[in-house]
Amino acid sequence: MSFKLWRFKGGLPSLAKGKKTASSLAIQTAPIPEELIYPLTQHIGQAAVATVKVGDRVLRGQLIAKAEGFVSAPIHAASSGVVSEIAERQIPHPSGLKGLCICIKTDGLDEELPASPIADFRTLEAAEIVNIVREAGLVGLGGAAFPTAVKLGIKSDAQIKMLIINAAECEPYISCDDRLLKERAEKIIQGVEILLYLLKPEQAVIALEDHATETYQVIKTALDENANSAIQAVQIPTIYPTGSEKQLIKTLTGQEVPQGKIPADIGLVSLNVGTTYAVQQAVVEGKPLTSRITTVTGEGITTPRNLEVRIGTPMSKLVAFCDGYTENAERIIMGGPMMGVALTDDAIPVVKATNCLLVPTKKEVVLEKQAMPCIRCGQCASVCPASLLPQQMYWYSRSDQLDKAESYNVFDCIECGSCDVVCPSHIPLVQHFRYAKTAIKARNAEKQQSSHARDRFEAREERLAKEKAERAERSRLKRERLKNKAAKAEIAGSVERSNEKRQAKEPAEPLKPVAKEP
Amino acid sequence: MSIILLAILFTLFGLLLGYAAVRFKVEGDPIVDKIDAILPQTQCGQCNFPGCRPYAQAIADGEADINQCPPGGEAGVIALADLMGVDPKPLNEENGVESVKTVAIIDEDTCIGCKLCIQACPVDAILGTAKQMHTVIESECTGCELCIPPCPVECITMEPIASTVVTWQWDKPSNEKDAS
Repeated sequence: MSFKLWRFKGGLPSLAKGKKTASSLAIQTAPIPEELIYPLTQHIGQAAVATVKVGDRVLRGQLIAKAEGFVSAPIHAASSGVVSEIAERQIPHPSGLKGLCICIKTDGLDEELPASPIADFRTLEAAEIVNIVREAGLVGLGGAAFPTAVKLGIKSDAQIKMLIINAAECEPYISCDDRLLKERAEKIIQGVEILLYLLKPEQAVIALEDHATETYQVIKTALDENANSAIQAVQIPTIYPTGSEKQLIKTLTGQEVPQGKIPADIGLVSLNVGTTYAVQQAVVEGKPLTSRITTVTGEGITTPRNLEVRIGTPMSKLVAFCDGYTENAERIIMGGPMMGVALTDDAIPVVKATNCLLVPTKKEVVLEKQAMPCIRCGQCASVCPASLLPQQMYWYSRSDQLDKAESYNVFDCIECGSCDVVCPSHIPLVQHFRYAKTAIKARNAEKQQSSHARDRFEAREERLAKEKAERAERSRLKRERLKNKAAKAEIAGSVERSNEKRQAKEPAEPLKPVAKEP
Repeated sequence: MSIILLAILFTLFGLLLGYAAVRFKVEGDPIVDKIDAILPQTQCGQCNFPGCRPYAQAIADGEADINQCPPGGEAGVIALADLMGVDPKPLNEENGVESVKTVAIIDEDTCIGCKLCIQACPVDAILGTAKQMHTVIESECTGCELCIPPCPVECITMEPIASTVVTWQWDKPSNEKDAS
């Protein structure tokens, strides 16, 4: 069956060549580390809240932090052990800042909570499946870490037409999804069936890049055996960044997701293949998300490998399992070379979003070059897959004209780095856009704060004015009453009464009735 | 004849203008609101006015200069200059210098519960009552430092706001030759 494909604008076809050093490497299981570390923010949305305390013994699959709010995800322990600490630790974040983490000292027994497998997922209601997915702590495993249950649970007016399973790993080096498809095709297909049952789209497409011919054959054979005509595998041209959600949607459907909308608004849902596997694990086998496939690669690693890693394992343990660093290892990157995050330390743990641990050598990384003036060649605009004008956004970000940068849709930049690659002046464009984005966000937050402060200030002024007016009113009333003859008599009377009382107790000099004239 | 005609015409226009003045009357002073929107609402009084709004009023009336707001900093002066159609100028050092954002922290062991800081706080960000320990609601504190002078036991300090994963900002790239 042929499948009509479209071409998204821009992108880098050249990036694909000779990149997947680890794709021929079968998935191996990484050992249990002595310590597992769980940052409470490892997904988009609100941080999870710890449900265990220091000293608690936990088993594999046990909930250790619960979701807080709608867009959030719970976290589960990946092995048995004792909670040793809930403290600030280094987390995988470009800032290098610390975040609250639950640390577990493992005991090596790897005791598991009894899983509750479900023989036939078709007996479940759609809401039940979404709930299982939520409670299993599933997030997008392609790297974005958006809570999957939110994606699946959204009620959109548009009927879902197509389910897209994203297996287009467009970044160089990364091959975890490719290996997963090759080795666990049946389970992934079952995952797709669950999603088909849940979302009821007309068809499901597993999209993978055309250089992965072997994987394509594997999945095709598995699909033929499965005989579900609603699912098909599609090979798409290898053009970076085709694995990005919006670009993949354009490639497969010719449609563009409007600004500020989500794919569900145009009848599409796209899920990473790793997430699909995790859906199968959660729904059919009753296992929460406690491990994932991570590619450990780069010339800075002695033996590159694809590993099934327990989430929470420190990166250094993975490196050690891959026989350590080579001599000229240059830096550690979480994610791919284009969009990954450089880490400050290898004690940082693997989180749900860690699809790759890349240790390049000096030869492999593009070292920071002296940026030269922009010559307005426009190459950045021609490769931008989001149809933006990087040269203009650069201009405005650079001169802090943030409103202008925003009006050129800097927030639609997916930070793919294509413009950086082609810029003949070596201008760190994406860096400028990241700066502009966070600066705009900070400015907006500040605006909001100051208007809040204004409200409080005005409320206080009002309150003080009111109190003052009330005081004035009270003293005015008092004065008025004192003027009154009746009041005078009343005061005199009360003084009289109190004098009588006093004399009854101890006869002494009577108080003189006083009534001050105002 | 022409004089009469002109007189009628003028009267008509006069009436029209008079009507328009009543019909399209603008409540308040929009320029003051615009200036007030730019000011950081710290309510610190470093500008020598009792709050941001009075300062905004003074700028609008031409009684104050645009460079008297240290918390607003250079960016604030530039925005004000832009709005008022004048040239930006450096901050007036007599009013203070631009510094990082801070919040007040009360040393709760030293606090004697005198309520003086509560009365000084322009945004009601301090909580407490007589002879009870006071504390600052950090999310509401504007960092105006007005609570520091009244404190008889000097238990209030200003701490810079630490960057969190949520508020953290990317650095602006700097290794560029003059790209203009």
